[in-house]
Amino acid sequence: MTESREQRASQIPRDAANWATQTDAVRLSAVPTGARNLNVEGKQAVGPLQGFGPMWQKTYRVRLQGSDATPKDVIAAWKENFPKFWPPGNTFYAPLTGIAPGEAALINSSLPGGMPLSTGVMVLYADDESFTLMTTQGHPFSGWVTFSATVESEGGMTCTVAQAQVLMRANDPLYAVGMRFGGHKQEDRIWEWTLASVAKHFGVEAQVDTNCQCVDRRPQWRRAGNIWYNAGIRSGMYVMTTPVRFVARPFSRPRTGA
Amino acid sequence: MDQTQTFGVRATEGAAVIDITGELNASSDPALSDAYAQASELSGLILLNFAGLEYMNSSGIGLLVTLLIRANRQKKRLAICGLSDHYRHIFQITKLDDAMKIYETEADALGSDR
Repeated sequence: MTESREQRASQIPRDAANWATQTDAVRLSAVPTGARNLNVEGKQAVGPLQGFGPMWQKTYRVRLQGSDATPKDVIAAWKENFPKFWPPGNTFYAPLTGIAPGEAALINSSLPGGMPLSTGVMVLYADDESFTLMTTQGHPFSGWVTFSATVESEGGMTCTVAQAQVLMRANDPLYAVGMRFGGHKQEDRIWEWTLASVAKHFGVEAQVDTNCQCVDRRPQWRRAGNIWYNAGIRSGMYVMTTPVRFVARPFSRPRTGA
Repeated sequence: MDQTQTFGVRATEGAAVIDITGELNASSDPALSDAYAQASELSGLILLNFAGLEYMNSSGIGLLVTLLIRANRQKKRLAICGLSDHYRHIFQITKLDDAMKIYETEADALGSDR
């Protein structure tokens, strides 16, 4: 432990290329055709410490018994087909350059009750055997989701296990209420469907194991102001004011610049 | 235990130090948790010394979040020292620097507590 500060600072660890580099606002490299681009560009990526509600760690796992796919095969397929593995009614617009550190993706979905939701995530970390998405301000939850694959043995049988692990807090008081009344179920359904889709991709029909653990029951009241960025409210207002924007369009000044 | 990672615990004046060396990833969970349990019996201030950290992935950062929550619940203070520029940057991106006190060196951390 006698290494100097200068020596440590000059070393480039082998994980360096796997992490996002920006600490300021999220930037989209391009907007995919058909995507509703709201509540992402210019927003901060937020982790589980910045949310409001109780902190949950949710783990969804599926054993790819009978498949000879390696963890690297699973993660490569998962990155490539991420939008296809999502359940109907939720659209994940992956970055055009693929799932790579620092890239942002748009999500067009709906909240329980049918309210449209436009939000997004940033790729916080990506390597050959895992990748992590971090939510942006206004997303229903503040946190990250890590997708990984490992080889595990059980009863003398070895197989690859695919996993999604969510570490999150509801982002604001409104979402915290929503999470209690259907939000958690909806989220479980998304990841259970996703894991089942990953297994199917490798020809495996298997049960997804879900483990939900409340890590911290206490809400963080100082984060109640996150509601200002609530993407559900903002998306709803955007949809409601669509006729006004349509009428005003002929009178609006054309945008200049790039 | 995985030979690519160690979590040594030692008592110093005013703090218990966990020296994190090698890798911090999902497989570190039991060893880090044990180290934390030992450290929390020694002092109210637990200092994670990252000077020997060689590799960390996002699961490793997740472990630090759950460790922080555990420390808060037990009314212990968790502080960090010995981060390289690279890992300090990761603490900024993940916003862990909002929630944990970060010191340049172990001496700085222990000095500030006196």
